[in-house]
Amino acid sequence: MISVENVAKSYKSQIALAPTTLQFDPASTTVLIGPSGCGKSTLLRIIVGLVAPDAGSVSIEGSRVTTANVEAMRHRIGYVIQDGGLFPHLTAEGNATLLAKFLKKPSGDIEKRVRELCEIVQLPREALGRFPSELSGGQRQRVGLMRALMLDPPALLLDEPLGALDPITRNELQGELKSIFARLGKTVVLVTHDMGEAAYLADRIVLMRAGKIVQQGTLADMIERPADPYVTEFIRAQRSPLPALPETAAP
Amino acid sequence: MTRFLLVLTLLLTLAVSAVAADNTLTVGSKRFTESYILAEIVKQVADQTGEAKADHKKGLGNTGIVFAALKSGSIDVYPEYTGTISQELLKEKGAIDLPGMKAKLGGQGLDVDVPLGFNDTYALAMREDQAQKLGVKTMSDLAKHPELHFGLSPEFLKRADGWPGVASTYGMSAAPEGIDHGLAYEAIAQGQIDVMDIYSTDAKIEKYHLRVLDDDKKFFPAYDAVLLYRADLPTRLPKTWAALEGLKGKITAARMVQMNADVELRSQTFAQVAKGFIAHDLQGGAVAAPEKEQSFWQRLFGGDFWALTAQHLWLVFGSLLLAVLVGVPLGVWAARAPGAAGPILTVVGLIQTIPSLALLIFLLTLFHAIGTKPAMAALFLYSLLPIVRNTYTGLTDIAPALRESAIALGLPVAARLRLIELPLASRAILAGIKTSAVINVGTATIAALIGAGGYGERIVSGLAVNDNAILLTGAIPAALLALVVQGAFDLLDRVVTPAGLRPR
Repeated sequence: MISVENVAKSYKSQIALAPTTLQFDPASTTVLIGPSGCGKSTLLRIIVGLVAPDAGSVSIEGSRVTTANVEAMRHRIGYVIQDGGLFPHLTAEGNATLLAKFLKKPSGDIEKRVRELCEIVQLPREALGRFPSELSGGQRQRVGLMRALMLDPPALLLDEPLGALDPITRNELQGELKSIFARLGKTVVLVTHDMGEAAYLADRIVLMRAGKIVQQGTLADMIERPADPYVTEFIRAQRSPLPALPETAAP
Repeated sequence: MTRFLLVLTLLLTLAVSAVAADNTLTVGSKRFTESYILAEIVKQVADQTGEAKADHKKGLGNTGIVFAALKSGSIDVYPEYTGTISQELLKEKGAIDLPGMKAKLGGQGLDVDVPLGFNDTYALAMREDQAQKLGVKTMSDLAKHPELHFGLSPEFLKRADGWPGVASTYGMSAAPEGIDHGLAYEAIAQGQIDVMDIYSTDAKIEKYHLRVLDDDKKFFPAYDAVLLYRADLPTRLPKTWAALEGLKGKITAARMVQMNADVELRSQTFAQVAKGFIAHDLQGGAVAAPEKEQSFWQRLFGGDFWALTAQHLWLVFGSLLLAVLVGVPLGVWAARAPGAAGPILTVVGLIQTIPSLALLIFLLTLFHAIGTKPAMAALFLYSLLPIVRNTYTGLTDIAPALRESAIALGLPVAARLRLIELPLASRAILAGIKTSAVINVGTATIAALIGAGGYGERIVSGLAVNDNAILLTGAIPAALLALVVQGAFDLLDRVVTPAGLRPR
């Protein structure tokens, strides 16, 4: 479980995130969605400690994140970014096991975990020895996921994980992600700007705009009871094979 | 790394202790033929007494460097001229005799004696045909022709007993240009310059058909060749000193011109000429038949080739190792601390702009010694910029997504640097080290100016005697070494670059 309380962030006079309080539950997938610059990535980056909030606090599994414990806290979060963020000088296996080896986990355990994860993320064993530049986009993303899951953390944060993939690979990975989330039962927070992806993966969608949460709930809630005309506008703008919206969707 | 430092310390200690041995006589010389020959004679005479091991530090940069070397004890003795001692070293306004000089030098722990028997004064010279046409016989005549092109050696231009004094005594208003003495003869022969400064024992006055102008106002003081030495030399090495006193009055001006010509026009080595002088003039033997002239290849690989190679490599890689040990951490610091980058890069960049001779002289004063230590310090300083800058850019060029991925994994700072950032920057860092190494091979040739040896010793003496063959025996190995170093680093790049970073 992750909870953020009144976290806020500004860059000079520009508000990136207005004071925000949210809770992310175990075995539940929250999707943060909104246009570029709405604060969804900032919120995710605050949770993982890449951005220091101006105010507020973040707690993971009940412990508050401080500068003293932030590294240990990061070991309890798996973090996946677009195109995997793999280190080009390490093989797929080297990337996946880097942290475990640094933490001096027994090599037998590491090997066993690699085998498990290959099966979970559907990565062929022979791809383990390849460098990122020798992998396909989809494989890179699978390795990124392996790396995030290596220590079996309770939480998994994904920042536009499928943004760089072609539609077919993307579709395939969406399906796999959904089953992985269901199978592992972790606290999942995923950032995307694709409402179709959000609707498919999310137990809860949080729609943001200009650093603020506009509405949270399911897609059906948003279609039927939009909190703001912007919600309808955003859903309409997706131009995806979603159910046609009723003409009278305005409040 | 610890072992690395241990070996380095050991080597430096060895280098220092080698210098400190007591039963050696170190002779210095300046960067012109006569000085080399006289120093070589002193060396061989000393060697023959068997009392001490004599060493010749050849072709030290200029009077300032060789005098500093004598004062610091890096050399024990070198041939000097009375005019230079009184005007340049003691800054005397008027004439001063030998006892007067002895008294003044005594305060600095130095002494002067053994007039060798000839006066090598400064003079100005012109092409004979031009001098005839213009009717110039004396320096007063020359003052009437400010339109002539004066090409004077840099040292003559600056010395109180050189151009400034000449210009004010004779009222000359020409604007002289600095030109290396070794090159001035070619320049005057080809008409690029009209007037040059010469030494009255120069071998080439006749060869190039020059007219030596009469110093009609008697401006130039006498430049009697003498030995300038550390005051403790006669008591420290009495037998050697007695032998050196035997040189008193033994070299006439004509004999000196002849010996200079043996080197410059008849391609004999300094050592051969000195040997011939000792055998014939001092020991009354027959003049040995001139040795058969060596081929270029024999001169290239002959004699001191391997010793010079070892010195050159030690200068290049010793300083490079120090620069890596200091430069990489500096580059890391610059990349990590946003405030530090500007000052660090500015300072190492500024060091690069210091002229090499100025830096060498500064370091020589700092270390109070000539030779390997100040030379290596200079090379170390020059090596810093490429290494620091490439480390800095290699680290700052890492994609933010990768840097953040490493942070988000929960790796501590040191582990990120070691496992992610330095490997990602490794090619850039190696390229910086390569640049420094290749530049070092070239820059190390100037180390010869302060007696640190290396291929530069041949280049400097080639320039001094205006002998391109000698110059090439130093320049060619230096150029080849630069290519070898470049190739070696290209190979190293292929070996050490992580496979995932190699271009396909």
